[in-house]
Amino acid sequence: MTLIMPAPEPDILSQRDALIERLRAILPASNLVVDETARRAYECDAFTMYRALPLVVALPETVAQVSAIMALAAEMNIKIVPRGAGTSLSGGSMPLEDGILLGMSKFNRVLEIDYENRCARVQPGVQNLAISKAVEERGFYYAPDPSSQIACSIGGNVAENAGGVHCLKYGLTTNNILGLEVVLMGGEIVRLGGKHLDSEAYDLLGLMTGSEGLLGVVTEVTVRILQKPAVARCLLLGFPSVDAGAHFVGAVIARGVIPGGMEMMDRATIHAVERFQPCGYPLDAEALVIVELDGTQAEVDLLVSVVDAIARAEGATTTKISTNEAERLQFWAGRKNAFPAVSCIQPDYLCMDGTIPRGRLPEVLAGMDAIAKREGLQVANVFHAGDGNLHPLILYDASKEGEMARAEKMGFDILRLCVSVGGVLTGEHGVGVEKRDLMGEMFTEIDLEQQMRVKCAFDPMNRLNPGKVFPTLHRCAEFGMMHVSGGAAPFPDLPRF
Amino acid sequence: MDAAIATLDIRDAADAAEAIRAAAARNQPLGVIGAGTKRRLGRHAPSPRELSTRALTGVTLYEPEELVLSARAGTPLRDVLTLLDANGQQLAFEPLDHALLFGGETCAATIGGVIAVNASGPRRIKAGAARDHLLGFHCVTGRGEIVKSGGRVMKNVTGYDLSKLVTGSFGTLALLTDVTLKVLPKAETEQTLLLLGLDEGQAVAQLRRASGTSNEVSSFAMLPAGAAPLCRVETVAALRIEGPEVSVATRRDALAAALRDSGARFETLPFAESAAFWAALRDAAPVAGHSGQVWRLSLAPTDGVRALARLRETGAPILAHFYDWAGGLVWLCLEPAADAHAPAVRAAVDAFGGHATLIRASDETRARVEVFHPQPPPLAALSRRVKESFDPAHVLERGRMRAEV
Ligand SMILES: Cc1cc2nc3c(=O)[nH]c(=O)nc-3n(C[C@H](O)[C@H](O)[C@H](O)COP(=O)(O)OP(=O)(O)OC[C@H]3O[C@@H](n4cnc5c(N)ncnc54)[C@H](O)[C@@H]3O)c2cc1C
Ligand SMILES: Cc1cc2nc3c(=O)[nH]c(=O)nc-3n(C[C@H](O)[C@H](O)[C@H](O)COP(=O)(O)OP(=O)(O)OC[C@H]3O[C@@H](n4cnc5c(N)ncnc54)[C@H](O)[C@@H]3O)c2cc1C
Repeated sequence: MTLIMPAPEPDILSQRDALIERLRAILPASNLVVDETARRAYECDAFTMYRALPLVVALPETVAQVSAIMALAAEMNIKIVPRGAGTSLSGGSMPLEDGILLGMSKFNRVLEIDYENRCARVQPGVQNLAISKAVEERGFYYAPDPSSQIACSIGGNVAENAGGVHCLKYGLTTNNILGLEVVLMGGEIVRLGGKHLDSEAYDLLGLMTGSEGLLGVVTEVTVRILQKPAVARCLLLGFPSVDAGAHFVGAVIARGVIPGGMEMMDRATIHAVERFQPCGYPLDAEALVIVELDGTQAEVDLLVSVVDAIARAEGATTTKISTNEAERLQFWAGRKNAFPAVSCIQPDYLCMDGTIPRGRLPEVLAGMDAIAKREGLQVANVFHAGDGNLHPLILYDASKEGEMARAEKMGFDILRLCVSVGGVLTGEHGVGVEKRDLMGEMFTEIDLEQQMRVKCAFDPMNRLNPGKVFPTLHRCAEFGMMHVSGGAAPFPDLPRF
Repeated sequence: MDAAIATLDIRDAADAAEAIRAAAARNQPLGVIGAGTKRRLGRHAPSPRELSTRALTGVTLYEPEELVLSARAGTPLRDVLTLLDANGQQLAFEPLDHALLFGGETCAATIGGVIAVNASGPRRIKAGAARDHLLGFHCVTGRGEIVKSGGRVMKNVTGYDLSKLVTGSFGTLALLTDVTLKVLPKAETEQTLLLLGLDEGQAVAQLRRASGTSNEVSSFAMLPAGAAPLCRVETVAALRIEGPEVSVATRRDALAAALRDSGARFETLPFAESAAFWAALRDAAPVAGHSGQVWRLSLAPTDGVRALARLRETGAPILAHFYDWAGGLVWLCLEPAADAHAPAVRAAVDAFGGHATLIRASDETRARVEVFHPQPPPLAALSRRVKESFDPAHVLERGRMRAEV
């Protein structure tokens, strides 16, 4: 399966020199990466299967520069790909050969911490973990915690609506941001939300979140900060089967308990982790569940006993309860190292990301096994059990002819399986280029057209991060969205469909 | 209801699609109503014909252990709440009931209407708004197309989050036919800690302090002296604590200890009184009983008191007011005026940044005065393009949110 990106437009390629000339008037020379070797550093994001050399890399430092670059791109009809830290696992920030790569890494300042209003204003290039670091002295933190939080940027988190183990209780990025400043494709600057909640207007703040860099460039984010829970305790639970583990997870929620985090690993992952860095996971378990309960001491103690009782009733073969902070972190250490641990068994793996209704877990895992057997590849599973977000890791050997293609096909089959039980193609990594061609599994042509019309409302010429998310490229005119101003359609020389 | 308005009950999405396409072809505006009880909310811009979802009822999926419920849009909110309650669950965003403010039957709203206006109550800060609980939906757009978005799972980033867009769109983008919601367990019990003997500024400051502790307060309100439903002779700050019995009691004590230096006297509302108190605040009881025009302002928590002080300076005739959301939500009742005091209210909010909505006023006033906060031109233009992406002919709820949309 090869990814087909829209062919680079000769008109754009031929304007490269003129474009660089115009960019030099906007940016200092050091903020422009023109040289081929230097541009190679930007060839791909964390979805390394596909690469492309960007036309030019621009690294603005001010909102005025972003606005000028966007206006210039609109005027010259040039494509733009926004990029944060480049940790996207779906190719969302993969460059285009005929596009400017707009790197936001220089937007790296925390602008304001407003403890009174429990929020912080930050630039999009600020690293996720840096926000929590900036407010920890007063006991606060920023809740969404993608595993990539030491690397990824808050702007990228907004674009991907990133989540982590805390999301079950504390929500995703979309539930934890209050305001955005966004530069639109023509260079207009708009502010959505602020330090207040819920404007009675179209919720463009909610729409921008998770829009994968296709609607506008985020230049400022106002995030909510929360007081750290007083106590957190963890249970480490081994189950004799994946079914039993899945039942346990359902039983906890049915009992009215919403843990701060609830993660599960299958046998393959438990073994990989213990080999990589032993942290006391039971090797005889088929499924391991880590449950974290947080809140005040009295509440946590109570909930720990409730969850422990449920685990025993559901047949847990191992139950360990953390009694101090070191133990709690020890329980998590393996989970946090799951990805590197797996890459020690097999250097190449593909990390998939589907969400399913939790109750269908046993069936989906069995289905995955069957797919893996058929393709002759191994799959290891770690997942956000509380919200049904699966991360099957498909192990393959890139040096073996055809294995990568088989891994890719297998990934697609797994995602199709997720959709067939009422789930979705992606729970947190985004569609990007990776799952673009699967969108039809979930949506009808009409569903997708409506989404593309929304895109056209923001970006009528389809210049912002094109080729991502949507399976086919159409022109906005096809959706009846071409704006006619003063009776004249823009670009009258372009063919209409 | 206005006898001149013809209402068509739709039975399914196909009905709606046909009606909307026909209206678009004739350039006729169409209203979208649930129970039709909220006709008095939003700009007054009646359509000669409207589509009602009242025949589109029924919960189609409910899996308590998955925390998910789907219902047809016309399902009465009452039915949804009753079903959830029987399973110890709830809509954590606490949709408000209109009956106090506008009169009429309580709990008459439809679940589609609740989502269409993004109604959310005092638990907003902790639990989110309606927008945060819509997982997916089916709708018929202003183009007469049947479209779905989102799903039924908690974590989903497949395509644009159109759920956020339709929530609070007042029927101007699409007619919702089915909604899928995230539901949450009900707390085992609750108590409310009251702080007495402070002035308004101090009381709101204590609410903000409480929100900076780790006692997981779920609601933060302040009532001036005399305000219903407590009708105390002095200002009251109220903090709701929910959870298991033992935890609620210890958190209440910890909170009182943390706020002891405020100089306030403490009282506690036990379970039943606490629940009744927050239900009354959710429905805007402290302002609803006064006959006047009602505004709702959303600001940063520190700015609510300041904005109100500024408004007082202009001499605006305030009949009643209270604060929710730790001071960030201000409900106001003003003596009626032809312009609903809109310039003064808006100027007071704009000095800080935020949003003011005219909630209750006569039809004439709501036809003349912008009900929702004006937007800067680039944002207004963008919103209009978004509207047109769903409804190019402006068929649905024409003029309901903004004169030009
Ligand atoms: C080891 C590893 C673990 C991960 N774990 C998780 C996880 O637990 N949860 C999770 O959700 N994700 C996870 N991810 C995925 C990734 O980290 C997130 O998607 C993250 O949000 C991407 O942020 P970034 O700054 O790296 O963005 P990039 O990769 O640079 O860009 C991602 C997308 O955002 C757009 N974008 C970036 N900045 C802006 C901006 N300022 N304005 C507009 N658009 C912009 C890009 O165009 C692109 O579409 C993981 C990745 C890795 C490598
Ligand atoms: C800040 C705020 C304060 C409020 N205060 C009050 C109040 O004091 N009193 C009060 O009566 N109500 C109030 N409400 C509104 C009330 O909570 C909801 O309007 C009610 O739940 C809607 O139910 P309904 O079925 O009666 O809606 P309707 O009155 O029928 O419709 C309300 C709006 O929703 C749209 N709508 C309804 N159903 C659909 C659908 N299926 N698809 C798309 N759009 C639809 C309509 O077009 C209309 O714009 C308030 C709402 C907000 C946001």
